[in-house]
Amino acid sequence: MPFDVNAIFQIAGIGIIVAMIHTVLKQAGKGEWAEWITLLGIIIVLYMVASYVSDLFQEIKRVFLFK
Amino acid sequence: MDIIQIVGLGLVATVLTLIIKEQKPMFAFMIAMITGIIIFLFLIGKIAEVIQILERMAVKANLNMIYLETILKMIGIAYIAEFGAQIVRDAGQGAIASKIELAGKVLILVMAVPIITVIIETVISLFPS
Repeated sequence: MPFDVNAIFQIAGIGIIVAMIHTVLKQAGKGEWAEWITLLGIIIVLYMVASYVSDLFQEIKRVFLFK
Repeated sequence: MDIIQIVGLGLVATVLTLIIKEQKPMFAFMIAMITGIIIFLFLIGKIAEVIQILERMAVKANLNMIYLETILKMIGIAYIAEFGAQIVRDAGQGAIASKIELAGKVLILVMAVPIITVIIETVISLFPS
């Protein structure tokens, strides 16, 4: 299998952990910190997804557009 | 048996999406998107093999390569537009998805204009003036 499926599990793990930290921080009364943690997680995941999207576009260009 | 792997990947990703969606819908969307990208990256290798065979046949048939290139570009545009539109529609923005599809159609039409012109000129040149 040429592709790595690990990215899916990584993102799912980050999501679960972020949700957990969010809940714990909110219970501890630090709502603002919880929001920042959520934002940080979203930025990290967005970076991963963006690199994958760039990968996909390069591949499509290679196969279809530039002969 | 690649199809079994892809179906398994899809099922696992769906379960993960359902788990995450309760807490953070954003991450669920990201998982769906990256699953689509991974399946697409897997398929594009196969598509490249088919395209290479088509190219070899076109070269043997002494076909003008410009036509094959145009058709390949059209297929590429269709794939990209479809992929983007589906992901955007999945995120709940049906209007933007429709616009992406419209843009794909218009760009394909623009690419087809030179070929249509050549056909019409050929047909006109057949008529005795």
